[in-house]
Amino acid sequence: MSRIHVTANVNGDEVEFLADPRETLLDCLRDHLGLTGSKEGCGTGDCGACSVTLNGRLVSSCLVLGVEAQGAEIATIEGMAKDGDLHPLQRKFVEHAALQCGFCTPGFLVAAKALLERNPDPTETEIRFWLAGNLCRCTGYDKIIRAVQDAAAEMRGAA
Amino acid sequence: MRYHAPATFEEAVSIAAGASGVTRFLAGGTDVLVQLRSGLVTPDDLIDLKKIPGTGDITRLEDGGWRIGVAVSGAELGAHQALVADWPGVVEGMELVGSTQVQGRATLTGNLCNGSPAADSVPGLVAAGANVTVQGPKGTRDIAVEAIPAGPGKTTLAPGEIITAITLPPRGKHAGDAYLRFIPRTEMDIAVVGCAVSLVRDGDRVVSARVALGAVAPTVLLVDACAKAIEGTTLDEAALAALTRAAEAAAKPISDKRGTKEFRIEVAGVLARRAAVIAYERAGK
Amino acid sequence: MAKDEITKGYTWIGTTPDRPDGLDKVTGRARYGADFSLPNMLHGAVVRSPHAHARIVKIDATKALALTGVKAVVTRADLPTGLTGEDLYLQENTLAGEKALYDGHAVAAVAATTALIAQDAAKLIEVEYEVLPHVTDVDEAMKPDAPVILPGCADHSVPEGSAPNVARYIDFGRGDLDAGFAEADVVRSAHYTTEATHQGYIEPHAAVGQMGADGKGEMWVCTQGQWYIRKMCSAVLGTDPAQLRVTPSEIGGGFGGKTTIFMEPLPLALSKKAGGRPVKMVMTRAEVLRATGPTASASMDVKMGMKKDGTITAARVDFRMQGGPFPGASPVGEALSCAFACYDIPNLGHHGWEVLANRPKCAAYRAPGSPMAAYAVESMVDELCRELGLDPIEVRLKNGVKEGTRASFGPKYKRIGLVETLEAAKAHPNYAVELGPNQGRGVASGFWFNHGGETSVSMAITEDGTAQVSVGTPDIGGSRASIALMAAETLGIPYENVRVNIVETGALGVNEPTHGSRATFASGKAMWEAAQGAIKEMCKRAAQKWDIDPEAVTWKDGAAHPAGENAGKFEPMTIKEIAAEMGKTGGPISGHHESTPSGAGPSFGTHVVDVEVDPETGHTKVLRYLVVQDAGTAIHPAYVEGQYQGGAAQGIGWALNEAYIYGQDGRLQNPIFLDYRMPVASDLPMIDTVIVEVPNPGHPFGVRGVGETGITPPLPALANAIHAATGARLRKLPMNPPAVLAAIRAKG
Repeated sequence: MSRIHVTANVNGDEVEFLADPRETLLDCLRDHLGLTGSKEGCGTGDCGACSVTLNGRLVSSCLVLGVEAQGAEIATIEGMAKDGDLHPLQRKFVEHAALQCGFCTPGFLVAAKALLERNPDPTETEIRFWLAGNLCRCTGYDKIIRAVQDAAAEMRGAA
Repeated sequence: MRYHAPATFEEAVSIAAGASGVTRFLAGGTDVLVQLRSGLVTPDDLIDLKKIPGTGDITRLEDGGWRIGVAVSGAELGAHQALVADWPGVVEGMELVGSTQVQGRATLTGNLCNGSPAADSVPGLVAAGANVTVQGPKGTRDIAVEAIPAGPGKTTLAPGEIITAITLPPRGKHAGDAYLRFIPRTEMDIAVVGCAVSLVRDGDRVVSARVALGAVAPTVLLVDACAKAIEGTTLDEAALAALTRAAEAAAKPISDKRGTKEFRIEVAGVLARRAAVIAYERAGK
Repeated sequence: MAKDEITKGYTWIGTTPDRPDGLDKVTGRARYGADFSLPNMLHGAVVRSPHAHARIVKIDATKALALTGVKAVVTRADLPTGLTGEDLYLQENTLAGEKALYDGHAVAAVAATTALIAQDAAKLIEVEYEVLPHVTDVDEAMKPDAPVILPGCADHSVPEGSAPNVARYIDFGRGDLDAGFAEADVVRSAHYTTEATHQGYIEPHAAVGQMGADGKGEMWVCTQGQWYIRKMCSAVLGTDPAQLRVTPSEIGGGFGGKTTIFMEPLPLALSKKAGGRPVKMVMTRAEVLRATGPTASASMDVKMGMKKDGTITAARVDFRMQGGPFPGASPVGEALSCAFACYDIPNLGHHGWEVLANRPKCAAYRAPGSPMAAYAVESMVDELCRELGLDPIEVRLKNGVKEGTRASFGPKYKRIGLVETLEAAKAHPNYAVELGPNQGRGVASGFWFNHGGETSVSMAITEDGTAQVSVGTPDIGGSRASIALMAAETLGIPYENVRVNIVETGALGVNEPTHGSRATFASGKAMWEAAQGAIKEMCKRAAQKWDIDPEAVTWKDGAAHPAGENAGKFEPMTIKEIAAEMGKTGGPISGHHESTPSGAGPSFGTHVVDVEVDPETGHTKVLRYLVVQDAGTAIHPAYVEGQYQGGAAQGIGWALNEAYIYGQDGRLQNPIFLDYRMPVASDLPMIDTVIVEVPNPGHPFGVRGVGETGITPPLPALANAIHAATGARLRKLPMNPPAVLAAIRAKG
């Protein structure tokens, strides 16, 4: 199998890698770029642990081929804190004990950030439906929803 | 697996027509990649259509209809306010496909071509009377959406044929559509039953209607008897009861891991009634 | 300081600081099983049986081995022979021998230079099967003419003439059942069934293993118990456990499912065959669902007698549970012991059958056996309450166990908190909310034993007066935080000055996994003991300096103090001062503790749920949910709540939608999250919690494990609520919309 050269921008950095056409963007992020923060929980787009943004749009990176990333802008969990400062969502997840095992956490954070960028004041129902594609088996979601609500409130106040 | 990213549909058709093994087209990829990862289908040639100009566009046509490119994602569809105002049922069907993340990628055309009888976006398109433009080695043709599915996982497209766009007719005044599906959870499931209703009102009276049922037969059904049950009525209790019976009678489901035959028949009637009421409200007088 | 002198008024315990591993886990830095890589590493893939039951005629790996990049193939022929008992079953489950025993059973494994090549190679390994008749249903498997899964599986407990798939029979009881039922005003019996469910952790099993021809090996693996991995892999491979060093990664959920091995020996076996190159193996989700431990499916009968005043006079259960194709995996014994653990009933009978079936080998799942038992018994209690017009909480209070009651499974309870949970539930505003049409309320209680288990902990004082605690129980839900809080409390230093490390097998004596709700209890208790050793040494160093008797020094607020007026007048010597000089005053200061602590202290909880059922579709919406549970002492209350909420969510999933669905062909039809329907965020309301604190006399800070009981009451609570909403009694799980609608229609 011949591999294809791909250049993309990940978290503001220009990157390049060689992708087998069968490899997903998630495989490429994890195995070729060493960005293991995005997780594979299902490989079928049902758990959201691999959530990233692709040209600003929230996607499951397990449902994107690495070769499709040519020329794209990708944001992953590794780029969420800026210059060492945690994003409010990251701080609130820790404060609210919104993670237990923490495996689904990167996906939740990336997905929740995408929500708050579109809707700074979501209702509980809007948060729950936006995040319905992110499975958490530990928390029962309660503290995750509260953390998102609290982060949204803080971000609105700060804006 | 060879990956192709052609710049025109002509090029895509020529790659597909010349391919000898398994060929798949890639738009949103939310079905193709799942099949690839599970080992179910490993295409020899994968043809990415997203680099073709216009595939990401939603265009209003001169007659007031809409042309939707094959790479338009569910999220883009939902963000298009004028389209949502015209065809809320079509859009809500698409928006029920998968998660927010899947919405960022999944397309109407992909959902149609996957050939699932339970595809959430297809009943809405069928009820709307949407057409698809098909391009192949022998030229281009326009056909009704309901002519595409041929049974679970199958379409009527010939080898080398590609859908290049979906066209929605002009909506007109006093018209509305709605799609409802039943799933065991509140999100992330495949429809156990789906129903779309599109209708036009004149005052309180339903002038014309199209009703489509999903997941109750090998393909999405356009059910004339359901339309007849409400056309000419004010959608009163008797009409709704007739609609319910017609939907139940039309449903020919199987029992499987997602629901029993009896359940699907009963819920087909329930959803037809509920969707008709929403479409009727949306149509306004 | 005597343990019973420690009372409330803690500095650190009961506070909710950020967890020590929080930053790593919100930035993507935390390394889970699949996040490890090593130089020169190979990737593994597994060939699995597509048949539920088949004789393996031939395995031909010629084509796979010819593929460029393929370095090794292993089959059962590469593993040692002569194993017996559980070791043999673990080996059989790792790689099938003569027969494949369930859909997904591993048959061969391959290692190659990339994961894609390994997957391609796996498809090239040709396996010839002779398909045999199969059985997946527990009742079918108990029939005398059922396909025989493991000839001669029955142990001494099984009566002569039992069906060939019965591996074990248990019965125990007390009193006089006939007399007890005769005393009752109403006697009812009913049959209940539950389907198998999976733990559903989001992280698939993953490991990197390396083993040389000398049998020395290393492994990095996501597990609840690195010593169990070491012991089990060594047994399966016939190697020496001391030569295998196992390092646990961060763990992406386990819930009992990662307390054992599935594919973990394979990277080691492949590595050994590939000249010692490390091999990484990561399961797919389909592999996790098909071939790792779900819980048992159960077929249960309950008979119960009640007086008009609510007194339960007698009860009997007959439980049949399949745990897969090997003996010892079904939790039927636990289920029997949990069945009436909440009740003080004079006349009891318990009968249980462990049954083999062509399904994956069961693993522990959160309070194994207890949720099924609760579903049957707590549903029956509700049925009787409704028939007699009694309040379900009052009936539970009337019959509830308390300190001194002899438990249904034998011993007398020490201080326990069931009654307190019932009182708190009754007093909670949720219990008074008025319900609308199609809405109903359900109540149920639940129980788990809790566990001590083999534990080894060490504590070392750092040169700057901070402390490092090494524990062997992986942090699956915040136990670094709870242990750091207890260490801070014990030493009298700030929480931030404690670092809790989860260490590899070479760093401590044997530890059981994080299971049985034991991490905060057992590692916490051992930490406290270890700290006493370090404190004693620090007091000694101060005594040296002051030139007084070490017995005349006490420890408080992070410093050594003269014990009293007679000891002499000295300024307290802080941990920082002692630590700074420790190299010159006698060397490093540390403490350690090894034991198998008893006194885990049983856990009780009571749940109240309100639902609304769509009468036209059978869809159940959970409107509000309340968990009340006894934590003994809540060390980090936010993570205690988290355990309650997570357990409830899993129980709600089990009750409403989750199930293993097998086709007529014996294949699992839903090995994908799309169709294995765990609750998503939009399915659930906020989950209200009340932490009851009835301190456990068996722990220095009164801790009871909080991890497991929470999954137990939701199954019956939901059934009771759906009955209240619809009048239909669902005696079979899952209570999904088709089942609920059918039950509504059946009642007419």
